[in-house]
Amino acid sequence: MPRSKSAPKDRVSRIVGSSVLVPKVTPKTFYGHGIPDIDSNHLTGKLIAVEGADGSGRSTQIARLVQWLEASGHHTVQVGLKRSTLVSEELEQAQQGNILARTTLSLFYATDFADQLENTILPALRAGSMVIADRYIYTLMARDLVRGVDETWLRNLYGIALAPDAVFYLEVCPELLVQRVFAKNQSLDYWESGMDLGLSRDMFDSFLRYQGLMRDTFRRLQQTYGFDIVDGERSPDAINAELQSRIEAVLAGR
Amino acid sequence: MQKFSDLGYPGRLIAVEGLDGSGKSTQIFLLKRWLEMQGLKVFFSEWNSSALVKSATSKGKKQNLLTPTTFSLIHATDFADRYERQLVPLLKAGYIVLCDRYIFTAYARDVVRGCPPEWVRGVYNFAALPDLTFFFKASLDVSLSRILDNRPTLKHHEAGMDLNLSPDPYESFRIFQGRIFEQYLSMSTEFGFLVMDANQRIEEQQGLVRRLVSTHIDLGQFRLTRAA
Repeated sequence: MPRSKSAPKDRVSRIVGSSVLVPKVTPKTFYGHGIPDIDSNHLTGKLIAVEGADGSGRSTQIARLVQWLEASGHHTVQVGLKRSTLVSEELEQAQQGNILARTTLSLFYATDFADQLENTILPALRAGSMVIADRYIYTLMARDLVRGVDETWLRNLYGIALAPDAVFYLEVCPELLVQRVFAKNQSLDYWESGMDLGLSRDMFDSFLRYQGLMRDTFRRLQQTYGFDIVDGERSPDAINAELQSRIEAVLAGR
Repeated sequence: MQKFSDLGYPGRLIAVEGLDGSGKSTQIFLLKRWLEMQGLKVFFSEWNSSALVKSATSKGKKQNLLTPTTFSLIHATDFADRYERQLVPLLKAGYIVLCDRYIFTAYARDVVRGCPPEWVRGVYNFAALPDLTFFFKASLDVSLSRILDNRPTLKHHEAGMDLNLSPDPYESFRIFQGRIFEQYLSMSTEFGFLVMDANQRIEEQQGLVRRLVSTHIDLGQFRLTRAA
């Protein structure tokens, strides 16, 4: 009967603005043994990682995702590189002075990551929050791989990491990245240009080559870790629409 | 894993391991003095001493921020810093490098704290093995009384209080050290530790240490200035 059908439909349309989707809990896994004494079955939130070079639109996309998730009624927690209580200051100092050797810097970043994993990410997921990671282990691994660190060693090291529910790599070609960086900063960053690698004494040239190597490495890591490579050269709206639909699928447990 | 000598380094690395209070620091100090007095190129390096990392470690310990994983990683960072910037260059320059604790300390402690052994060993596998490793094996009671008699206040991590073994720091320390001791024993054969009876007199032990070092290492190669 059309009447009885239209009545509930009406009600639904009236409450559309206030309905909140409860995300489906899906099993989580660690890449390796994980963290001692952590039961991944209790992690009811979702972990979403956004990877990409400076200038790939990462921050813009994350800001929009947080807006959207919170508007949709999901509590959101943000983490990122060099944000741990434990070592962020020391890591910053070390980077400024460029005094640490390869393995040391790598382990320092892993410490920073582990601290946030245990003190922020896991508790937030246990509480059912959406955790948005502004870069995750893949950036750390890619940086090290480009610098010749052993991949087996890195995989063991990051065996502590939780596999995210979604990972997006915003891919932008080095030529466009450099234009975006200049539009914002007027100068290139030493590390983002890979100057420590000695690819070229010319910073512009080094930037292009380094970012090209990073992109190749991300593509290679994608084969192993199966994340989404997102064309970051489109408009912010188009990119965000893609991310949202992927995250909607994650929330629905698909 | 290979030793520095297997890898063709001109230098040699000697490590001492053992529980707190086993007397290993005393022994390595006396070994260092002996080597120095012969005019040899010697360098001494201590666990947990890289300047930059140290501030993070002590902050972590003071504010009780460390978990077994971050405890392990921050010590690995400290070790890597010393390894890459000091130990390796010195070994390439033909020094005898003396280490008060080496990777075995991490193997033992981190595993007792609950980190998987394969993971810990994997993290440290960038490091070569020492050419000689002395393990100072004192009875647990002797080690405990040496520490507890000297320093009545135990630090949180030192006593293994983070493991919730016992609310009493002294009892916790005993249990914790006992477990580390077991880890050392189980590594002893695998890594060919030179096991020292640390219950002996200082001079007896030092005599043996010096004899063993001169048997295993051709000390004449390490003179500061070569004889004409």
